[in-house]
Amino acid sequence: MLITCPYCGPRDVIEFTYQGDGNRERPQPASQNLDAWNAYVYDRLNPAGDHNEIWQHSGGCRAHLRVVRNTITHEILSTEFARGGHKSTDSRAEGRS
Amino acid sequence: MAEYSAFSLLKNALTGNKDWKPAWRKPDPKASYDVIVIGGGGHGLSTAYYLAKEHGITNVAVLEKGWLGSGNVGRNTTAVRSNYLLPQNTRFYEHSMKLWENLSHDLNYNVMFSQRGCLNLAHTPAQLDDYARRGNAMRHLGVDAELWSVDRIKRLVPALDVSGSARFPVLGGLMQPRAGTARHDAVAWGYARGADRRGVDIVENCEVTGFLRDGGRITGVSTTRGEIRAKKVALAVAGSTGQVMQLAGISHMPIESHVLQAFVSESLKPIVDTVLTFGMGHFYISQSDKGGLVYGGDLDGYNSYAQRGSLPVVDEVMSEMLALFPGLARVRMLRSWGGLCDMTMDGSPIITTGPLPGMYLNCGWCYGGFKATPASGWCFAYTIAKDEPHEFNAPFTLDRFYRGLIIDDKGQGANPRLH
Repeated sequence: MLITCPYCGPRDVIEFTYQGDGNRERPQPASQNLDAWNAYVYDRLNPAGDHNEIWQHSGGCRAHLRVVRNTITHEILSTEFARGGHKSTDSRAEGRS
Repeated sequence: MAEYSAFSLLKNALTGNKDWKPAWRKPDPKASYDVIVIGGGGHGLSTAYYLAKEHGITNVAVLEKGWLGSGNVGRNTTAVRSNYLLPQNTRFYEHSMKLWENLSHDLNYNVMFSQRGCLNLAHTPAQLDDYARRGNAMRHLGVDAELWSVDRIKRLVPALDVSGSARFPVLGGLMQPRAGTARHDAVAWGYARGADRRGVDIVENCEVTGFLRDGGRITGVSTTRGEIRAKKVALAVAGSTGQVMQLAGISHMPIESHVLQAFVSESLKPIVDTVLTFGMGHFYISQSDKGGLVYGGDLDGYNSYAQRGSLPVVDEVMSEMLALFPGLARVRMLRSWGGLCDMTMDGSPIITTGPLPGMYLNCGWCYGGFKATPASGWCFAYTIAKDEPHEFNAPFTLDRFYRGLIIDDKGQGANPRLH
């Protein structure tokens, strides 16, 4: 499997570290909403098909990437910088990026 | 009289082997059942078997989307052990071990259970201390465990490189003598025949495409072979759990599906007569009765529904094998394959009522489901029949993550690819 890093170009999958489901929404750090924390830490979409996920180019430029990959064919449909990593529900954080 | 015996073998040999009955029928599904079990793998079949045998519930259908035993029950590396640290796991897997020890007799089907032991190698003093701790935890709950010296390991497995110049020198190991291997296909076939003879319908090539509901209650399934109603619908679909739960309207689960590869070499004379695990990576090896080395390693490491793996993991597994057995460098690998593992967030399974009324859930076997096959079916059948869990599976709930009652034997946290 080759992942095309926006910095480094197409690289072998062994250069990357998988960081899982990119659909999860991290609550604000001070949030006491147990359902939201539980969903963030434990719940996964786990689709058979296109999957929005986070990878780190740990053996290269170390950038975090948002990758859309098909979990049946392993075809990679898009790669981009992840910016804030997992999606944030904190609108101020999104404003800063 | 038992269907398979020395007498029946002789009688059929004399009459040209024309009178053997198929091990299970190929019935068309009925309109309704007391219980539908989705998934005709090891766990689904053993569930049906124990529903009939232990609870007298025989109006049962097992629905399998492919052919019987086409999933993980035929894709694993056949190891059976109960060498866990945490008491919830130890009690459950030791119950499974006790069922294994009598399984061939119970099923009247030779599952070739071979208690050749399972030896975990330690490569650092800290790891050896950790194994002593785990061994003590096992013995505390009545499970056999022995801490082995390098000399003793050398005598058991002479081909192993235990020299000080090994890449990761062996310092000792934790042995569970009652652990071993079983013939995985025979387990599926034995449970299938046992269930079939008690009246269970095993319906192959019957894929569930949706759930029937009455209000919020699950009342049956729609399938590629029509609608089938049931008072209780039980899921035992392993790596497909997320997909089947989505049909029931539950989009998120504490599960990721990953692919795990397994390998078999060409046949060799006996060289490893135990189940051996490497402590400085993820690698385990045993030898089949045909002589092939059966071995595997770590998950590919990312979500996958492809029942095949990638080359970097093949390379890693071979490197680990050679770190232990330099003498195997020129042995040829015959086959490799992959199976879907339903990895939970704490590495422990889920056997529970619900989460919807009329539904029962058995999943989250990570890559340790084969050894659990008897106890999984036994506990799941109890849970379905009594509408409450047995004490052995009471800790394996779906809401344990929310409630902070996780059972994380490896202490890895909510990162499924590391369990």
